[in-house]
Amino acid sequence: MLFADKNILSVSQLTGLVRNLLEENFEQVWVEGEVSNLAMPGSGHLYFTLKDAHAQLRCVMFRASARALKFRPKDGMGLIVRGRLSVFDARGDYQLIGEYLEPKGIGALQLAFIQLKERLAREGLFADVHKKEIPRLPQRIGIVTSATGAAIHDILQVLDRRFANVQVLLRPVKVQGEGAAEEIAAAVDDFNRYGKIDVMIVGRGGGSLEDLWAFNEEIVARAIHRSAIPVISAVGHEVDYTIADFVADLRAPTPSAAAEMVLRSKAELSAELEALSHRLGMAMRRLLNEQWGELNGLIRAVKDPTMLLGHLAQRLDDFEARSCRCMRQLLTRSGDRIHVLNDRLGMQSPAVRLERCRELLLLLQSRLEKTMVHTIERAGQSLAFNAGKLEALSPLATLGRGYSIVRKLPEGGVVADGGQLAPGDRVEIMLRKGGALCRVESAHGEAVRKP
Amino acid sequence: MAVEKFETALKKLEEVVKKLEGGELSLEDSLKAFEEGIKQAAFCSKKLNEAEKRVEVLLKQKDGRFVTERFQPKDE
Repeated sequence: MLFADKNILSVSQLTGLVRNLLEENFEQVWVEGEVSNLAMPGSGHLYFTLKDAHAQLRCVMFRASARALKFRPKDGMGLIVRGRLSVFDARGDYQLIGEYLEPKGIGALQLAFIQLKERLAREGLFADVHKKEIPRLPQRIGIVTSATGAAIHDILQVLDRRFANVQVLLRPVKVQGEGAAEEIAAAVDDFNRYGKIDVMIVGRGGGSLEDLWAFNEEIVARAIHRSAIPVISAVGHEVDYTIADFVADLRAPTPSAAAEMVLRSKAELSAELEALSHRLGMAMRRLLNEQWGELNGLIRAVKDPTMLLGHLAQRLDDFEARSCRCMRQLLTRSGDRIHVLNDRLGMQSPAVRLERCRELLLLLQSRLEKTMVHTIERAGQSLAFNAGKLEALSPLATLGRGYSIVRKLPEGGVVADGGQLAPGDRVEIMLRKGGALCRVESAHGEAVRKP
Repeated sequence: MAVEKFETALKKLEEVVKKLEGGELSLEDSLKAFEEGIKQAAFCSKKLNEAEKRVEVLLKQKDGRFVTERFQPKDE
């Protein structure tokens, strides 16, 4: 039917038929060849051509499968591919859709690389905990590379281009061929024994996979791993990854880049130092300003008491004024009271009474005088009366009638009895007129009757 | 090693700056810290500007000792 006359198919139809035919009959094939035109665009799919001396085969490996690859296929590499055949309709190409790749021939090295890498990874040689920090301002840099290779040339060029204040110590080694790995490993160890470097660059310039192979050797990996000095690996070009790169403390894409990394830090450090110095100054200035502010605040605070004193003084003045006023009021009130009391007191003054007393006294006095005069008059009358009577009764009157009075001396007692006298007594004799002093010659007590 | 000293100094400087910026120091401590910072900064600056470039080769002698000598790049 398919091959009947004039059964005309469209290109698509035919292509579809061919595709079905291929897919049904070549569901799984193994094919080997050399890789060329390798491309891995952003899609992640892997495109390449497998070829041998006489033929070539377009191959694609879709992303899911490509991602599972443990090595990177390269142009010229011999590969064994497992996959299925299909047709890329749009171009009419038939192609192998690869599902699994493995290296062939030189691919054995790749395999060794993969195997070593996996083994060392399992051992933990690549672990981040082993990564030493690269000093930020190394002053002595050790370099393990060929004395005649591109690497040292590139590194020195970078150092020249930059104004680099570093000392470079080269430990020249063979970087490829027989014994290169042993030399590299020994150089790393030598630098550790020597000690007087801050960081080490281990590497070489670009080359084929075989050229770079020494850096994939276990002995180098172990030496780098046990190095106490930080190691920067710098092998080949950007795309070249070696075991040394994985075990090193830092991977530089190229030797020049390694030199740049080591030196770049100087500019960064200068900037950092400048920034820190600036911040230091700023912080101090701010601090001092703050302190000044505080101090000024305190100074102001110190001034305050005077104001406070002013306030207090003012208050004091106020109190004083008020108390004076109060005092005055009090005094005024008291004065008024005193006046009142004084008046009242005045009313109670004894002068008034005194006056009255004086008047009374005068009255009494006059009455007394009148009474006295009267009494005296009466007394005078009485006296005159009695004096008359007395005159009548007076012994003196008797004397007038010739009688005399004898009085014994010295007592002067009146002698009425002669018995009272004895001879020799002195007596006085009172007469009406005058008298006599006499001495008794004799006395007797018998009454003498006069005739 | 001078390198370590440089980095220690830079770290110290950074600590001092942070402390000062924190503003929790007394004035006296601040001045001390500032002085310290200035010292470290001067040291770092000196280290950065020390211009000494030398390229040598490390050679191992038969007895295992190391010697260095001036490196003469060979132009091919």
